[in-house]
Amino acid sequence: MDEISVLIGGRAGDGINSAGLIVAHLFSQLGYQAYMYFDYPSLIKGGHNFTIIRASRQKVGAFRAKVDFLLALNQDCLDLHTARIDAKTVVICDSSRVRAEGICIPIPDILKEEHAPPVMGNSCIIGAFARAAGIGWEVVEKVLTQNIRKGLDQNKKVARRGFDMARGYVTVPVHDSPPLPLLSGNEAIGLGLLHGGLEAYIAYPMTPTSNLLHFLAEVGEGGDLLVFHPENEIAVILMALGMGYTGKKTAVGTSGGGFCLMTEGLSLSGMNEIPVVVVLGQRAGPSTGMPTYTAQSDLHFALHAGQGEFPRLVVAPGDAEQAFFWSSLSLQLAWKFQVPAIILCDKTLCEGYYSFSDPRETIPTIQPQPPGIPGTSYLRYKVTDDGVTPPLYPPTKETVIKVNGYTHDEAGITTEKAELAALMVEKRVRKGMALERELALLPTVSRYGDPGADSMIVCWGSVAGVCREVADSLGMGVVQPVVLAPFPKDGVKAVLGNPERVLVVEENACGQMEMLLACHGIRASGRVHKYDGRPFTVEELKERIAGVP
Amino acid sequence: MTDRGLITDAQNTWCPGCGNFVIQFALRDAIQSVIDSGIERERIVLVTGIGCHAKMADYLNVNSFYSIHGRTVPVATAIKMARPDLTVICCAGDGDAYAEGLDHLVFAAKRNSDITVIVHNNRVYGLTTGQYTPTSPLGFRGRSTPGGTREEPFNPLEIMLSSGATYVARGCTRRKKNLEKVIGEGIRHRGFAFIDVLQVCASYFNLSDVYDRHVYELGEGHREDNFSGAFEKAREWDYNSESPISIGIFYRTLRPTLEERMEKPPGQIMNRPALITKILESRT
Ligand SMILES: Cc1ncc(C[n+]2csc(CCOP(=O)(O)OP(=O)(O)O)c2C)c(N)n1
Ligand code: SF4
Ligand SMILES: [Mg+2]
Repeated sequence: MDEISVLIGGRAGDGINSAGLIVAHLFSQLGYQAYMYFDYPSLIKGGHNFTIIRASRQKVGAFRAKVDFLLALNQDCLDLHTARIDAKTVVICDSSRVRAEGICIPIPDILKEEHAPPVMGNSCIIGAFARAAGIGWEVVEKVLTQNIRKGLDQNKKVARRGFDMARGYVTVPVHDSPPLPLLSGNEAIGLGLLHGGLEAYIAYPMTPTSNLLHFLAEVGEGGDLLVFHPENEIAVILMALGMGYTGKKTAVGTSGGGFCLMTEGLSLSGMNEIPVVVVLGQRAGPSTGMPTYTAQSDLHFALHAGQGEFPRLVVAPGDAEQAFFWSSLSLQLAWKFQVPAIILCDKTLCEGYYSFSDPRETIPTIQPQPPGIPGTSYLRYKVTDDGVTPPLYPPTKETVIKVNGYTHDEAGITTEKAELAALMVEKRVRKGMALERELALLPTVSRYGDPGADSMIVCWGSVAGVCREVADSLGMGVVQPVVLAPFPKDGVKAVLGNPERVLVVEENACGQMEMLLACHGIRASGRVHKYDGRPFTVEELKERIAGVP
Repeated sequence: MTDRGLITDAQNTWCPGCGNFVIQFALRDAIQSVIDSGIERERIVLVTGIGCHAKMADYLNVNSFYSIHGRTVPVATAIKMARPDLTVICCAGDGDAYAEGLDHLVFAAKRNSDITVIVHNNRVYGLTTGQYTPTSPLGFRGRSTPGGTREEPFNPLEIMLSSGATYVARGCTRRKKNLEKVIGEGIRHRGFAFIDVLQVCASYFNLSDVYDRHVYELGEGHREDNFSGAFEKAREWDYNSESPISIGIFYRTLRPTLEERMEKPPGQIMNRPALITKILESRT
């Protein structure tokens, strides 16, 4: 048994997400790499929530169509997932709410006997699962102890009752790899930003990046990080620019709707050259769409948001390590080149959990821009060879620092003179070119699978995980541009080679990556799109690829 | 900037007779007196919106952030939050602060962010050539309302008092001395200072005569620390009808500022690598 999949489901409010995380930690302790997908509708109580935890010896970033264990806290969980069940699937359920064959535990009775509140039902079913999967009680106890803050003893008792009532079906082999941390994509982004030198984070709550705000707010309570939630996203981005004006390295987070409100501020950043990092978590649109479901339909929005032309960095990490790596670099690069940067992610990445291999040793340090020379002759927009002006921040002795969203002269004073206007446009263009040169030294394109395959997949963002796995099994190669602007066309062409088939896989309807590739002379021969808010399963993508002529 | 004075050498493009000149000189003099009282010039930051008023960023030789329309306040709030040692002043327009960006103004008052907002209230959109604003009188014939507006103005002083502003004042560009005083006091005030300046727009809404007829200074008898008295005084004129218009400091009080409340007790701050490692361990 090299891998194992577990689904746990119930009503919103049943603590399904935390329960899933406990299961994922059990596998970590046994030496597996885990991935967890969390599926929930946009409501607080009721409805159907479920997570799928997949554990494997290899790194995983996708889930399968079938599951080995189905942990059902209500009847819906069984009825809605019949397609995920096959002859091997072991069903474990709450016998008071579910009619099924398998391990049926009278959870309410146990809770009553232990005087435990209803949310502890999931600990009970996890105990039963552990027994069924041959996971030792000491592992369960350890994971509960590490992850439960409130009512630990009661949780343990309830879990033990579940454990004792179940019987073993299989024994998940134990491996001696040390357990890896489990991070959500949001947490990986947050930690990457902290690694890059983040000093302030400003955001207005919006799925799927709200949890990044919550995570950093907790960090901020205990450390030197300023975190603020203002009145709306317009305030968010303008506050970030105010912070940036004083030299504080600042990021903001949102989703498409909030980013719409930020675009005027983004363009201001392009013009006044105050850097800002925007974490843009995509979800199914247009408009409010399906707030808690995934999509990759804001690629061109991210590339083109804001009036006028200005250089920007856009990166689209595909897993937790890339999220950490590129969040750190985005902050450093935005700061060095005084441009806005966008970390384009999606619900699958942001709210998925991944076993995380600390990438810190591989992250290059970007040499920061040397500061300007203080004094009365300081020019905030001094024209330089690479277009980047050595910065200074107030208060600086004897120095007046003027930033301006109008076309301005070197001192930052408004101008409409033709020559000056052109000079300043060219200054900004040169900054973009300098950024491109710096990126040429960085791993802007990832590849997986067979590099010489005659059939190649191009994908971006969170679908990289499932593409990698499918490509391996089909003998294909995968090219994942992680930097999307400035587009690493030479890098993409080099790793792509000259294959017979180029398939673009993306979670949108119009083929946004395919269009971007076409702009750079790279033609796709086929495409697989998905736009129902759910990520591809391994089997589904395999089948869809097989169906492409 | 080579000019070491408080006025830059940028060419001034306000119309002759524009009230903005009066605000410029009042603000310059207020800033000068702040500097004289020991605050270094480099600690002063001016944030402006977009409109005629906003050109102040080009004309005053101090640190400045020339923002976008309606968005002085969030920028200023953040600058103050990031560097509480800076003195942050906004020059906003009435279209700017009361229409495009009213939300930010209300929130800055609610939070008692320690910034000063000067609204150049000419009761018209100057730079876009004469449309009505939230403080134009009912029936105002602007270029977007040729038949006259069909809505009453609102009273910004009432809004600011209701929102929690701790310093609420009104000035008028026909009374420079008083204006300099209310601006100077506003800058010195610890907390959110709001100053509505009745500014003459020479080209699109010249109310010089009206203001000369009706404006009077709040007298010795006015108690600045009395909220209901201030509110009543603020309601004396509704920005619509012809009635006496008082200028001066309506309300002034002290309550903890946002920056004070955000200050963290000095404690052990963990270095970043250690912090990241600790979080990773807690997730294992
Ligand atoms: C988002 C946005 N909308 C509209 C404009 C156009 N615009 C520029 S100034 C202005 C109104 C200016 O009026 P006010 O704020 O009262 O300033 P004044 O010119 O009267 O000083 C408008 C609508 C803009 N620059 N940005
Ligand atoms: S249009 Fe009015 S506010 Fe603008 S500069 Fe001219 S007089 Fe002043
Ligand atoms: Mg105006």
